[in-house]
Amino acid sequence: MSNKELEPLQDPGLPAHAHRKADHDEAAANRAERQVAILFLLSALGTVLFIYSYIFIENNIYIYIPILGNQHAQQLFLGLGFAIALFFIGAGAVHWAKTLMSDTEVIAERHEMRSSDEDRAALIATVKEEVGAVGLGRRSLIKRSLALSLGLVGISPLLLLRDLGPLPGDVLNQTTWAEGVHLVTDPGNRRLRPEDLEVGAVAHVLPEIEDPEHRSLNSIAKDALLLIRIRPEEFRLDAERLSWTYQGIIAFSKICSHMGCAVALYEQTTKHLLCPCHQSTFDVPTGAKVIFGPSARPLPQLAIKVDDAGYLVAAAPFNQAVGPSFWERKK
Amino acid sequence: MKPARERIAGSVANFVDERTGAAKFLKKSLNKVFPDHWSFMLGEIALYSFIILLLSGTFLTFWYVPSQEELIYEGSYVPLKGVKMSAAYSSTLDISFDVRGGMLMRQIHHWAALLFLAAMVAHMMRVFFTGAFRKPREMNWILGVALITLGIVEGFLGYSLPDDLLSGTGIRIAQAILQAIPLIGTYAAFFAFGGEFPGLDFIPRIYTVHVLLLPGIMLGLITVHLMLVWYQKHTQYPGPGRTEKNVVGYPLLPVYMAKAGGFLFIVFGVTAFLGAVASINPIWVFGPYTPTQISAGSQPDWYMGWLDGLVRMAPPIETYFFGKTISWNILIPGLIVPGIMFTGLALWPFIEAWATGDKREHNLLDRPRNTPTRTAVGAMAITFTIVALINGGNDIIATHFSLTINQIMWATRISIFVLPPLAYVITKRICLALQRADRDLVLHGRETGRLVMLPHGEFVEIHEELSPQEAFTRTSHEQLAPIPVAAIDANGVRPKGVLKDRIRARISKGILQEQIAKPTAKEKLELGGGHH
Repeated sequence: MSNKELEPLQDPGLPAHAHRKADHDEAAANRAERQVAILFLLSALGTVLFIYSYIFIENNIYIYIPILGNQHAQQLFLGLGFAIALFFIGAGAVHWAKTLMSDTEVIAERHEMRSSDEDRAALIATVKEEVGAVGLGRRSLIKRSLALSLGLVGISPLLLLRDLGPLPGDVLNQTTWAEGVHLVTDPGNRRLRPEDLEVGAVAHVLPEIEDPEHRSLNSIAKDALLLIRIRPEEFRLDAERLSWTYQGIIAFSKICSHMGCAVALYEQTTKHLLCPCHQSTFDVPTGAKVIFGPSARPLPQLAIKVDDAGYLVAAAPFNQAVGPSFWERKK
Repeated sequence: MKPARERIAGSVANFVDERTGAAKFLKKSLNKVFPDHWSFMLGEIALYSFIILLLSGTFLTFWYVPSQEELIYEGSYVPLKGVKMSAAYSSTLDISFDVRGGMLMRQIHHWAALLFLAAMVAHMMRVFFTGAFRKPREMNWILGVALITLGIVEGFLGYSLPDDLLSGTGIRIAQAILQAIPLIGTYAAFFAFGGEFPGLDFIPRIYTVHVLLLPGIMLGLITVHLMLVWYQKHTQYPGPGRTEKNVVGYPLLPVYMAKAGGFLFIVFGVTAFLGAVASINPIWVFGPYTPTQISAGSQPDWYMGWLDGLVRMAPPIETYFFGKTISWNILIPGLIVPGIMFTGLALWPFIEAWATGDKREHNLLDRPRNTPTRTAVGAMAITFTIVALINGGNDIIATHFSLTINQIMWATRISIFVLPPLAYVITKRICLALQRADRDLVLHGRETGRLVMLPHGEFVEIHEELSPQEAFTRTSHEQLAPIPVAAIDANGVRPKGVLKDRIRARISKGILQEQIAKPTAKEKLELGGGHH
């Protein structure tokens, strides 16, 4: 199996031990001792710096350090003191070990991990004897009922986790948007008229609710919209999708159809929306079609119109679930 | 009369020993021999950063409030005064700005986490490339893979706790991966988050997992990992006087203890220095999490970066069959590829033993050049991960090197398929070249650069012969022969399982056939070394 038959080079054995200077020279040993002591004393100085910084440096002092820039003085010197205190204990100990402690290499024998055949046989005999004494082989009723009860008892911890959360139900398909819900700015909570948006502008929008101070993050995470205005003739949409826009204003879900990050970057010149998380890029004139990146679906579009007072409102709820995909999602 | 100090020590030792019999164990243990090599410190760094994480983490829990309850910030960081945020974020700001040493501890904790993962990965590479995972240490290898996996999760949960804009974005992505699992994903996500994203439950829940569950499991695994190292004795590099049957090194007391203990302080000191001067994860810059905001250049920590890079480069594929949606663009990079990688990693010792037919115990390490295929496979895996990691930072790279994201994305999409096999081939060639160089060195000695003119006018370069120790180190490895193919017998009957055997024989041939024959004593004697 191996080429052992070809005679390999001889093992010359462990090289002779080379003594260090401190092993035979008393002066060198004393010098090493002093070096170790100096390292330990440096550590002590570090702790002094640490204590001084903790007690005497005010919390509001900033100092300028080249390269590092403006630094919070207390935090900086606390840290430096701490680092010095710790590092030099270590440096001292290692230097001590390297210069003064015995550096004679020692050889220890290894033994194969495998137990001896006698031990193995003895173990098997013992186990067989003991298992035999329990009599599981004969008492199959006990064996089976024990297996049943052990299996069942394993279910209970899983069951106990049931109340970790509600069942999904249909909530992922629902948002606050419905016909007539006003679009309001985020932040600011002001209603929007079409003329508030110039061509090329983008607005971050949420649905108007009764208590905007206590909007839940859960609803924000599904309701957030991007409102973008381009020239109406630039749209390349079918008649239905075009009817969801209003005078060049188009509304998309701001929650990425890939993994749910906020698609917050709009490039005005190319009319692309970019998700900073994974760089899915959506083309606004074609209805947020994916033109680059890992997302597989366009951003859902919300149908909008204006109400009698001239404010932008939703014309209908989203026709699909917003945000990342999930198993039960309808196409 | 003995001095008091000795008498007290003696009676304490007597007390303990009469109740535990510890003397027998300690006598043996304190003389335990540990081989010395710088690469054996990598695992130590991982262990020490874990200790630092436990200490600094405990400090942080005294002030951190694991709650998503909304409040108005009133702390001393002026730009965020009056801003609505979660108690978790607010308390993290308090630790940073209103607790003395709090910022330092936060930064030590974060630096130590990066170091922990880096040290574990470096340690794993050392173990992989030197073949330290081979029998009898396969179990310890699997424990190590488990520790790295848990470490990645633990790190991710840790940097999610401040509930700042960046970490919330990471949680959103984790939730999307969970939700993308076929059949059970939506339920799993609802159970994990207590309903829809983000809900009010995830911070308290990941807090418990981060400070109790995972550290507890990891502490247990680390203990077993170390006990196995202790019990099986450490591997050693090949060299004169070192055999499969012995271990050469320093005894635990005092040298090894002083060096290892000192090294703990050095690692702690270095992380404290980093915590003092190098700002990390400045959460106050990002602001509190809200699902509608995001900052450009959102980056995870490096050990998650390669996963993020894979997700970024995934093709936009989603299927819709029988009314069910499957997001391959999330599943493949987020679960399937990492699943295959980590499973392959965990099973590698068994795969290699099967492919080479080598089922013996090994205590001497391999020099990576002497196992070209293993080294090449490792280089391939590292290349794959680095390409993915580069794409994970594609936005940063794009702005720094004036490239477009599209260019980097396509470059990495192609590279992830092209570069790893290329790395394999190149690494294998380099290993064989190094073997050849070893052979030349042993047979012909080292080039000295001294030219000598012979009496008849010829110039020769003097070669200096290697010392017997060096020559032995370069030739002590064993060169296995491939597994022979089971022959079809005289009656033309295929032996049972012949196909499997033939595949295996073919693989073992691929691994073992190509190697440079190491010099034998005879060859060396004939050449005499150095005189030609």
